[in-house]
Amino acid sequence: MAASSLLSRLLPMRDDRGSSAFFVVLLAVAVAVPILHLAVPEGSALHLSTYTVTLLGKYLSYALLAVALDLIWGYCGILSLGHTAFFALGGYAMGMYLMRQIGSRGVYGDPVLPDFMVFLDWKALPWFWHGFDMFWFAMLMVVLAPGVLAYVFGWFAFRSRVTGVYLSIITQALTYALLLAFFRNEMGFGGNNGLTDFKDLLGYDLQSSNTRVALFLCTAIALGLGYAASRYIVGSRFGRVIEAVRDAEARTRFIGYKVENYKLWLFTFSAALAGIAGALYVPQVGIINPGEFAPINSIEVVVWVAIGGRGTLYGAVVGALLVNYAKTVLTGALPEIWLYALGALFVVVTVFLPQGIVGLLRRKEATA
Amino acid sequence: MSVMSRAGALFDRSRVFDFLIEGQPPPALDLKHNVILYLEGITVSFDGFRALNDLNLYIEAGELRCIIGPNGAGKTTMMDVITGKTRPDAGSAWFGQRLNLLNMSEPEIAQAGIGRKFQKPTVFQEHTVFENLELAMAGDKSVWKILFAKLTPQQRDRIDEVLGIIGLPDLREQRAGSLSHGQKQWLEIGMLLMQEPELLLVDEPVAGMTPQETERTAELLVSLAGRHSVVVVEHDMDFVRSIARTVTVLHEGSVLAEGSMDSVQNDPRVVEVYLGE
Ligand SMILES: Nc1ncnc2c1ncn2[C@@H]1O[C@H](COP(=O)(O)OP(=O)(O)O)[C@@H](O)[C@H]1O
Ligand SMILES: [Mg+2]
Repeated sequence: MAASSLLSRLLPMRDDRGSSAFFVVLLAVAVAVPILHLAVPEGSALHLSTYTVTLLGKYLSYALLAVALDLIWGYCGILSLGHTAFFALGGYAMGMYLMRQIGSRGVYGDPVLPDFMVFLDWKALPWFWHGFDMFWFAMLMVVLAPGVLAYVFGWFAFRSRVTGVYLSIITQALTYALLLAFFRNEMGFGGNNGLTDFKDLLGYDLQSSNTRVALFLCTAIALGLGYAASRYIVGSRFGRVIEAVRDAEARTRFIGYKVENYKLWLFTFSAALAGIAGALYVPQVGIINPGEFAPINSIEVVVWVAIGGRGTLYGAVVGALLVNYAKTVLTGALPEIWLYALGALFVVVTVFLPQGIVGLLRRKEATA
Repeated sequence: MSVMSRAGALFDRSRVFDFLIEGQPPPALDLKHNVILYLEGITVSFDGFRALNDLNLYIEAGELRCIIGPNGAGKTTMMDVITGKTRPDAGSAWFGQRLNLLNMSEPEIAQAGIGRKFQKPTVFQEHTVFENLELAMAGDKSVWKILFAKLTPQQRDRIDEVLGIIGLPDLREQRAGSLSHGQKQWLEIGMLLMQEPELLLVDEPVAGMTPQETERTAELLVSLAGRHSVVVVEHDMDFVRSIARTVTVLHEGSVLAEGSMDSVQNDPRVVEVYLGE
């Protein structure tokens, strides 16, 4: 008893069985998927198609987005209904790099300008497209664009002590405003059509099997690292402070914590994680357009986390994977009922399983 | 605050924003005149109703002061003003000679050395008893320090010591939400001790405690006085009598009487207020 309580304090993870399971499964998947795709012959029942590898990579990027949301919602009570805005910004930063890689292979063959700019009769690259031909710069922007936006947004919102529903509403407004802005051709992000027709990344053909597997692996690694960083944060004293903010914000101030700063840094970190998820998503799905900013997308992320079980991190991963798998199956079979199914699932889970699916497992464990 | 008044505040040129003065370390607590707290002419109105009405109060360094007064006299509101929770409509509030409490945020006031125990015990329900004390512990509470903070052996010993003082050593790993009302009161007192404040504001500490617990609380508060300054709000007259040297009677938001327990109890105005209830 004494030894285990000491151990639980030394380890940054208070109940880390779920997290351990997460890392084991992630490692197994990261090893198995490339083998099943590259080494198992195509005729075999065990062979994974390129389509499946890409689909799994997409799910993992969603899982990282869900972890980012759980960090602020589950642990700090900040219900962001605009988190896909950060995901989309990271995606656009990656998309801009991929557009510049096309070079003269575009339909119009302009060596510098992406096709949509030629089509709009633009003569020169807008200033904010400069630098995106360099991979390192684009990767910096993947983190900085969402990070800086989150910082500025949070700076105003948290200092004026906007909380609860009001905060959720302004996060929706934020993503909606970006949706409208990115739809406009004059913004210079490809308008309605967004950015697409990507050819290669760092010289590797995006259509090739090996590149697909590499992207999948990068996503798995990013998810693993993002999860580990998040786990460190929530297991540290910082994590206990943000939980205190979630449960009794005013009280936390009275023992000397500048709550605004805690929220601000957590929110910014979470947005940067979402941006990384978006950057990994885009080369796998092959397109980024303003639809990614749609408010409904952000709400869907909240539903994944709620269904999986918030405040555990691994619950967010479980929710993201299960719901998106269900979505793939359902939208294939009965596309029109997907939103209703999602809504119903959300209601059922919040009413009957307030701790989500992983809460159910933990309860079983406790009673067993 | 409404949107309009917040917008108005943005254009108010006489206002000094917190973020503009951030970065400069606050001046140290200065007790040159041996007075730790000055409240002068404090008025707080809620929709026209004056919860505090031209309140004047001075607390000496090292003093143990009891504040009594009927329900609604403004005792809790006074603590709200001191800790930055409520901004008064008029008056001034100084911590020592140099710290203007009305320009400081709640965490700045706490960091400067004012700790508070709330009337309704508010502990962090989802955290363990140990973690509650750890969170309250004095020290640098900036984001980066806390992200990489590790308990030193001395800090661990201090938490153990406080666990002993508040009588909860066996419940250290217990969720605070599962404690009884009295235990939460003690935990909050423990959190106050962990903060090592210069000035302790203690709002109705013995509500819900057994007579033995009440006695232990009295001993604890008396032992703290001298090294710390302590302001206690309490209804329990026996308790007040057992600890108080100076008593201040609050009534309708201002000081009605001040002095030793005996002189105050024999004051006809005080008798009228308490009997007229
Ligand atoms: N936030 C508030 N809004 C309106 N009225 C308040 C508020 N806080 C306190 N009051 C009123 O101010 C008066 C003083 O309250 P309080 O300071 O809690 O008294 P005490 O602690 O002495 O019992 C009471 O009449 C109370 O109803
Ligand atoms: Mg009161």
